[in-house]
Amino acid sequence: MIHFVLLISRQGKVRLTKWYSPYSQKERTKVIRELGGVILSRGPKLCNFVDWRGFKVVYKRYASLYFCMCIDQDDNELEVLEIIHHFVEILDRYFGSVCELDLIFNFHKAYYILDELLLAGELQESSKKTVARLIAAQDSLVETAKEQASSISNIIAQATK
Amino acid sequence: MNPFSSGTRLRDMIRAIRACKTAAEERAVVRKECAAIRAAINENDQDYRHRNLAKLMFIHMLGYPTHFGQMECLKLIASAGFPEKRIGYLGLMLLLDERQEVLMLVTNSLKQDLNHSNQYIVGLALCALGNISSAEMARDLAPDVERLLQFRDPNIRKKAALCSIRIIKKVPDLAENFMYPASSLLKEKHHGVLITGVQLCTDLCKVSSEALEYFRENCIEGLVRTLREIANSPYSPEYDVAGITDPFLHVRLLKLLRLLGEGDVDASDCMTDILAQVASRTESNKNAGNAILYECVETIMSIEDNGGLRVLAINILGRFLSNRDNNIRYVGLNMLMKAIVVDAKAVQRHRATILECVKDSDASIQKRALELVYLLVNESNVKPLTKELIEFLEVSDQEFKGDITAKICSLVEKFSPEKMWYIDQMLKVLTEAGNFVKDEVWHALIVVISNASELHGYTVRALYRAFQASTEQESLVRVAVWCIGEYGDMLVNNVGMLDIEEPITVTEFDAVDAVEVAIKHHRLDLTTKAMALISLFKLSSRFPACLERIKDIIVQNKRSLVLELQQRSIEFNCILQKHQNIRSALVERMPVLDESTLSGRKGGSLPTVPTSGITPCNLPNGVAEPAAAPIGDLLDLSSDDVHASISSGGDFLQDLLSIDLSPASAPSGTSQPPKAGTNVLLDLLSIGLPALAESSSSALDILPSIQDNEAPLANLNGLASISSLPANATSPASSGGMMDLLDAFGPIPQNHEENGPAYPSIVAYESSSLRITFDFSKQPGSPQTTFIQATFTNLSPNVYNEFLFQAAVPKFLQLHLDPASSNILPASGNGSITQSLKVTNTQHGKKSLVMRIRIAYKTNDKDELEEGQINNFPHDL
Repeated sequence: MIHFVLLISRQGKVRLTKWYSPYSQKERTKVIRELGGVILSRGPKLCNFVDWRGFKVVYKRYASLYFCMCIDQDDNELEVLEIIHHFVEILDRYFGSVCELDLIFNFHKAYYILDELLLAGELQESSKKTVARLIAAQDSLVETAKEQASSISNIIAQATK
Repeated sequence: MNPFSSGTRLRDMIRAIRACKTAAEERAVVRKECAAIRAAINENDQDYRHRNLAKLMFIHMLGYPTHFGQMECLKLIASAGFPEKRIGYLGLMLLLDERQEVLMLVTNSLKQDLNHSNQYIVGLALCALGNISSAEMARDLAPDVERLLQFRDPNIRKKAALCSIRIIKKVPDLAENFMYPASSLLKEKHHGVLITGVQLCTDLCKVSSEALEYFRENCIEGLVRTLREIANSPYSPEYDVAGITDPFLHVRLLKLLRLLGEGDVDASDCMTDILAQVASRTESNKNAGNAILYECVETIMSIEDNGGLRVLAINILGRFLSNRDNNIRYVGLNMLMKAIVVDAKAVQRHRATILECVKDSDASIQKRALELVYLLVNESNVKPLTKELIEFLEVSDQEFKGDITAKICSLVEKFSPEKMWYIDQMLKVLTEAGNFVKDEVWHALIVVISNASELHGYTVRALYRAFQASTEQESLVRVAVWCIGEYGDMLVNNVGMLDIEEPITVTEFDAVDAVEVAIKHHRLDLTTKAMALISLFKLSSRFPACLERIKDIIVQNKRSLVLELQQRSIEFNCILQKHQNIRSALVERMPVLDESTLSGRKGGSLPTVPTSGITPCNLPNGVAEPAAAPIGDLLDLSSDDVHASISSGGDFLQDLLSIDLSPASAPSGTSQPPKAGTNVLLDLLSIGLPALAESSSSALDILPSIQDNEAPLANLNGLASISSLPANATSPASSGGMMDLLDAFGPIPQNHEENGPAYPSIVAYESSSLRITFDFSKQPGSPQTTFIQATFTNLSPNVYNEFLFQAAVPKFLQLHLDPASSNILPASGNGSITQSLKVTNTQHGKKSLVMRIRIAYKTNDKDELEEGQINNFPHDL
């Protein structure tokens, strides 16, 4: 099971955190600080796994971002690497060659995508196409609602209420 | 954007925060935003609720408190539109966790959304439930989730499946409800549903043996078929990863098959063919393929034995280990760890590779490999492996040294074929990384050395050499000075020379020099210096020629600013000057230390004194509590409890001398801290018994007289008359007084009443069968601490066995119990048990003592229990 997902920039800034196991706010901050220190200081040619508090943390660096996932001792590290890559590919497809800034300004979108990919700390969908389709469908639902809300008649109705 | 919008947009806020140059600026921006959001919340602003929540999420990610936004999530979730719900659920998952009570409020909204007509809203609710549900919510909403497992849209079915995993993890007894719907998911074609369905079955197997049995009987063939189909499936762009169709599904299927095959021959047989196919046909040049192979090998290792498959798996392992990719090597080591249970020989073949990995530049791989080496070691290969590890210790990184030292020590101790080898290896470790060696390890080493009488000379010479080479490693110095003190004569005369040794010439003065270095070295700590001082004292009788020099060094330390050293040197000096007749007897070699008690203590029962070799360290002068603490540590092998070890010093000495000192130490309990010191002195004197007997027989007479008077003693108020020895120890606050003890041994002791106010004794507890009296005393200067001497008297005609006294105090008091003098209480008041208690009253002067007690004992083979509360303590304690 994946206990949490962290996206940390090379400067140690947090770009996304998702917790599938209960960690209090205090613990979260501590975990992020601790792991940030361990992972950012590792050299480029080393393996992508770190033993940490009886768990394993699988991380992979894409450009300036480190994608980290914390898993149980008996989980398959190599597969988790694939899951990370899977996530990155979906982000890439959604944003069109994704960069850190996309994830900063549209952090909520990144969360929506992650929620279509992982649930309860387990992989939900192995098809990138399906995830993209589901996200697009939900985005268009939001767009329709927005259009309705900003239509002239609606504004007048609101104003005269 | 809404033309009437006020405040900044999310994008603008992020920009503003990113533009901040300093942390203070960022805090200011965030504070302003938070204030605006709070204001909006107070006004119950509906239009911008979702935007405010989005901002809060960003602020939360930066690590600022955002609890005030939690209710906003609930409001958004309760609103009707999809966009509000979407952001509301996201906020819920981000800002809250399952332990917050607010979460309970959302249960109702979740229930409604799980039944919503819009499937995307159902999806949102499932997602939130799956990610943060608490046990109560899981219980409440399980029926809805169960129903959604049959929903028409596969995307909801897969979410419901993962949500069910969360539910059965939180409430395992719901597992059987999900068994049948889960098994029907396995027949689906949609990969998302299949993956999540397999995962659900895996987790069901983990929480319920019933489910495991069910799947084993009904699903294996289907699973094997699915795995075969997917392994043989032609290229499918949607699921293709590096030429393999859906590696994620592969891995999950293999994992479930592993659970089903474990411990079941028939089930294992069913899957052999497909496992062989996956193991032999999967491409291993890409990560995805290796992920599958990794899982497949693990499954092969776990299911019931099939020779051919195992060979295949071991071969894959070999390939993994020799791979140049660090990731693959890491998982290779991981697999070996599991394979070692199944096929230790095959793993042993890879020993050389594993040892290479210990020396890898990657800390993760090093750690894995070290753990593996640790598992690999047995009696036959301990020598070469230890050699390798010690060689590696020399070159390893500082931060890795602690780990590796601990492992080597434990290996050497566990598998050492002979003492000589053990001592050799330990010396190497001490020389290389003595600062990382734990106390109990070098304590154990001293015990072993003490037991290996034929190696004493060899060891002390080897230690001397190592010590000459470097004084960097603290624990090496400690062991060295101890050995030089004990076996110094063998060092100088090359006694017990072994064939393999190179003879060395060490003069008596060289040996004394070495110890002097240890005393004077600025980097060594108090314990080491104290040990060195004792060692020096011991040498004074081994090397008469150096006596003057030793005296000089000791005298220099009389002015040491460290109380512990000062006192020791003053005491030793006094013995050297005035008590020549008993000196040689005092510093005789330690008796051989008992190995069995050491190993027994490792079991962790009693916090007694471990390596008696360092007993001389136990000369805390009582007045110097802080100084005594580290010594306590030194003495204590198995327990962290410093107090316990200090007070147990006395017991240990009793053991050592097998003289029942308890009557003597019992009255001394009235002045506890000096007790240890006193006992040691008694001990010193008892060692020199023959000499002493002539010089001051009157002092010795006291001991038997105490024994005779033991019973009435307890009821006497003024203990002064009997507590002659300790009384002396109590009076002086300076260490000079301690010498008086030696000097004025014969004369009749002075009364100790003048040392502080006296308190009347009380009868703390009395029943028809038992009476407990308490005698009190305090030490001058610490009014908070009261020493209580409890005396138990049996009023019944039956003997009490296994007598145990327990006491509890309220929080403002601290209680310390010493061991009782015995656990058998003779009948009809023909003797008594005494036990010392130390109570520290943190509210001294405001509250008086109070104590709850419980006494357990056996009489006529029946367990008895008495309880009571003591309220009649004198007020000013």
